[in-house]
Amino acid sequence: MAGSETSGAAVIIGAGQAGAQAAQSLRTEGFKGPIVMIGDEAYPPYQRPPLSKKFLAGELEEERLFLRPQAFYDEAKITLRLNTRATAIDREAHTVSLEGGEKLTYAKLLIATGTRVRRLTCPGSHLKGICDLRNIDDVRRIQPEFTPGKRMVIVGGGYIGLEVAAVAVKRGLKVTVLEMADRVMARAVSETLSRYYEDFHRKAGVDLRLGEPVAAVEGDDHVRAVATASGPIPADLVLVGIGVIPNVELAAEAGLACDNGILVDEHARTADPDVFAAGDCTNHPCAIAGRRLRLESVQNAIEQAKAAAAGMAGKPRVYAEVPWFWSDQYELKMQIAGLAEPGDTQILRGDPASGKFAVFYLRGGVVAAVESVNAAPEFMMGRQMIAKHLAVAPDRLADVNIPMKQLIS
Amino acid sequence: MPKIKYIEHSGKEHVIDVPNGWSVMEGAVKNLIPGIDADCGGACACATCHVYVDPQWIGKLAPKEDMEQTMLDFANGVEANSRLSCQIKVTDELEGMVIRMPESQH
Repeated sequence: MAGSETSGAAVIIGAGQAGAQAAQSLRTEGFKGPIVMIGDEAYPPYQRPPLSKKFLAGELEEERLFLRPQAFYDEAKITLRLNTRATAIDREAHTVSLEGGEKLTYAKLLIATGTRVRRLTCPGSHLKGICDLRNIDDVRRIQPEFTPGKRMVIVGGGYIGLEVAAVAVKRGLKVTVLEMADRVMARAVSETLSRYYEDFHRKAGVDLRLGEPVAAVEGDDHVRAVATASGPIPADLVLVGIGVIPNVELAAEAGLACDNGILVDEHARTADPDVFAAGDCTNHPCAIAGRRLRLESVQNAIEQAKAAAAGMAGKPRVYAEVPWFWSDQYELKMQIAGLAEPGDTQILRGDPASGKFAVFYLRGGVVAAVESVNAAPEFMMGRQMIAKHLAVAPDRLADVNIPMKQLIS
Repeated sequence: MPKIKYIEHSGKEHVIDVPNGWSVMEGAVKNLIPGIDADCGGACACATCHVYVDPQWIGKLAPKEDMEQTMLDFANGVEANSRLSCQIKVTDELEGMVIRMPESQH
């Protein structure tokens, strides 16, 4: 494209957390051209984390999910094209095709298409009453059935499944969680945390079954039961939380390299200098982990989108934050920083029985990750330790009588 | 709807009607007042919505829960009247409350 870096339009495919952040950051970075954001849902950009928590519980109105009011987009001259789906990217012509045939021309393009839920493939997986939880409309479909006494079977003991289980059991539903692995959240946390959460859910009344995959969903039109090797479990409602798949098809069909996500560099840019990608859909080099990876988190969406926007505005910036995550279940606040690897040494700080504890991961004596439960000092100081590649003596780290602030000084 | 006065670090003032039940953080973010990041959206997980509450109003707020206190310990420039604005729920009693923003949330 001829002309200055910022004279043409920025088109953003995807109106989630990353897309919204990029639109906003483009303006703060001084991008002067038109900004168009394309979203396939009916809603302006909104927060997803509360969907499986306060929003499902009915404690948060829909309006409060929205990241920004309409006035923000109007004032910042950001055009929201909602209920709109992008169907193709032509990198040669610098256009994005929309459903219906319209074409938008871009100078800079951001792909922030996020992920979609993985679906059940077993017999009966088409039955009514089987739900996912990814967006507002999913929650709207669950809510009429989400009433005391209803029997809910949750497939998958990951973050989504367990957050929903916590809300459901509090609401008075009869909740069963089926996890095919031998512990919950096995992909995300240490065995120490898995066991702690398993115990907590069981004490709260959840029938949590490990190593028990779904064989079939039974019913005529609507789900009646979920069958496993140990027999059928009666169900009025089935929630599936078995992971997500990155939406890479638009990028891949446009000839951009994809491998478990759209490949971008540390500036959130693809191999095409005018095409960027951010959020859950990207596979990016992670300085902290020392390898490429794909993250599913709000923080990654926000920070990578900021870097992408800076690059789109002609001021490339490296994205190299320490990843962090959180999950709310019951009164337990789990906060995780860094990325653990097999082979790391785990150090327990605090007694899980006290309700406050953390697991630190040391790699070559240096703090690589921390998982905390109701233990903000460990999380906040842990983040700093990871960023600074700080070495700590394991016995001091394990000693709760030594405050975290002393460990870092 | 209580009116809350938000004062940016630069001194610029904004008086906003914030619905009862919303947080002070939401009142700012949804009304485009700069100075609060609130990366986690109000889950008390990130400490990027730190504000200073005018001392006159501090006593009217519900006390800090443990989580807010410990998260706040790690924010920058914390003073006796510091709070995480996502944890302050707006009520009629807070009519006229004055909130000041720190220089930075990071």
